[in-house]
Amino acid sequence: MNLMEYQGKELFKRAGIAVPRGEHALNPDAVARFIEKNPGEWVVKAQVLMGGRGKAGKIKMAGDAAQGRRVAEDILATPMPPNRQNPAGEPIKSLLVEEKLEIAKEAYCAVAIDRAARKPVFIVSRYGGMDIEEVSEHHPESIVKFPVETAIGYSPFIGRELAFAAQLDPGFRKQFPAIAGALYDLFFRYGAKLVEINPLALTADGRVIASDAKVELDDDALFKNPEFAQWHSVLPLDGDETLAAQAGVGIRNFRRFPGDVGTLANGAGLAMATMDAVSNAGGRIADFLDVGGGANAQRVRNCYELVVNNTGATVFFINIFGGITRGDEVARGVVEAMRETTSRKIPLVIRLTGTNEEEGRRILADAGMTPVETMDEGASEAVRIAREMRG
Amino acid sequence: MSIFLDKNSRVIVQGITGAEGSYHAARMVKYGTNLVGGVTPGKGGQATPQGLPVFDTVKAAVEATGATHTCIFVPPPFAADALYEAYEAGITFAVCITEGVPVHDTLKVVGTTAGMRIIGPNCPGLISPGKALVGIMPGHIFKEGDVGVMSRSGTLTYEVVDLLTRAGFGQSTCVGVGGDPIIGTTFVECLREFKNDPQTGALVLCGEIGGSDEEDAAAFIAEHLPEMPVVAFVGGRNAPPGKSLGHAGAIISGNFGTPQSKIAAFRSAGVPVADRPSDIPRLLAERLAVRA
Repeated sequence: MNLMEYQGKELFKRAGIAVPRGEHALNPDAVARFIEKNPGEWVVKAQVLMGGRGKAGKIKMAGDAAQGRRVAEDILATPMPPNRQNPAGEPIKSLLVEEKLEIAKEAYCAVAIDRAARKPVFIVSRYGGMDIEEVSEHHPESIVKFPVETAIGYSPFIGRELAFAAQLDPGFRKQFPAIAGALYDLFFRYGAKLVEINPLALTADGRVIASDAKVELDDDALFKNPEFAQWHSVLPLDGDETLAAQAGVGIRNFRRFPGDVGTLANGAGLAMATMDAVSNAGGRIADFLDVGGGANAQRVRNCYELVVNNTGATVFFINIFGGITRGDEVARGVVEAMRETTSRKIPLVIRLTGTNEEEGRRILADAGMTPVETMDEGASEAVRIAREMRG
Repeated sequence: MSIFLDKNSRVIVQGITGAEGSYHAARMVKYGTNLVGGVTPGKGGQATPQGLPVFDTVKAAVEATGATHTCIFVPPPFAADALYEAYEAGITFAVCITEGVPVHDTLKVVGTTAGMRIIGPNCPGLISPGKALVGIMPGHIFKEGDVGVMSRSGTLTYEVVDLLTRAGFGQSTCVGVGGDPIIGTTFVECLREFKNDPQTGALVLCGEIGGSDEEDAAAFIAEHLPEMPVVAFVGGRNAPPGKSLGHAGAIISGNFGTPQSKIAAFRSAGVPVADRPSDIPRLLAERLAVRA
């Protein structure tokens, strides 16, 4: 679960990391009221999960209440424009009004998970305010990492070492170890997969402030902090994700492609291998679909309908490695699903293994489906049928 | 031999009276695993339908049975606690089947339990065919032999093992290392064990996109196992592009993690990469022929 900037900054405040003065506002009135009470130069920022707010014109300055109202209305008038990663864009529901900082230097500091070292890792760079991917490309030597020994945890020497190694401006040095410690603390206390301050600003008057906040919480750890449930917001689902959610499978479990061979398998690894098998047999896949655990009749029917109603599939290749699942039960489920569905009928090729697999294949054959023994055999058969259907 | 697990390994199940635990405990016993008991707090003194003793604590189970191995089937919030309890009781080998363990729990546990080998979490367990099964794998598709198998995926592993068995290649030990970002035992740690196992004469490695486990394994093979016939498969080459907000995680491993990077790493280590699972037995036969 990704947090919005104002939520991340709320966690920063709790951890003792300085953030700009400001207020979270739900509408232009609230922005105007806040500036009325607090005269000065303010920054009004759209609260969204997508990046690229500045370029999209969703961060604006305001010198008084009237201007604050105007820029807020302007920002809220249109959603975040789509980009490659988020083709649906994102609606803007709230704003953050913040003091305008006099920034002297910008740096970067994050705690993430180092898979290979199996440790939390600090990532620090003297270049802040741009994507860390960009820094990694143009100034790779500036990026300094420190994997933390979890049994020991954070100790201030880590912050000192990082500040020197990353050649942070001397103005950062005194405050940096405490900020790094608070970030590490936050990472564990709230179960974050990533906490990122970019930029970490050194102001003209010598303060070190988290000018932005990016926090990704571990969904598996949310049970420890139920209060965050109210912060849950998601980017709009794209077409495939919406269809997957409606069919009751995970939103990442379904993707459409332009071909005519529909596929379904149990387990993501097997589903990907199934797609490859169809491609290797000279066919063009219509979809990727991981049915997850338990291929019961209702699930199979939902998935069948998902594929026939939304893709160009003219044949459907179901690849179930049953393992300990009973093959005859899966077969009965498939037959039942096909009897009950009201969607158009397309030929089914089913690879089925597991306990009682022979009986399962007999049940399928009796119902007029094509049972096969191996994945490659099923892929070839499905591709052959797809060719026939094309005429 | 075999690695990690043989017919003498004394195994307990934590969560043995739960739905998953009891079902799979029965299957492990049926396979021949030396299952000596189980743990469910509050149910100490009872027995399972197979007549296995149930204990309140891991400590009591270890004292009474001399167990060295545990298989954990507890819900995600209790997995870290179960692992620590096993560690404190002197268990040296823990398999954590549980899916959905908070990654920080895993980070802390793997960083503070030196001396206890952990497989998983979020894994199907392991099997030394003909000797013992610990976990949820379908025992009947395996056959005893000399091919060591390690994998990050579930059903794809079964697919690959099924193909190996049908082609006449039995297995020494198959380890499902698990699909979480942080796991207790990586491919490299499996390779270290396989290297010293007299039963293992060849290896099959089923990787997946993401992380750098495959790249690390390729480097280890090139340096320490140049003579060993190894075949790799990398799943997810046509993986559907997921949404990503783009973050620091991506730069930790540099350009590692892509299928291209993994395939290139294996090839430069002299390890052929199968285009499809069904090519694995053929490639393995070729590698074995080259050595002979």
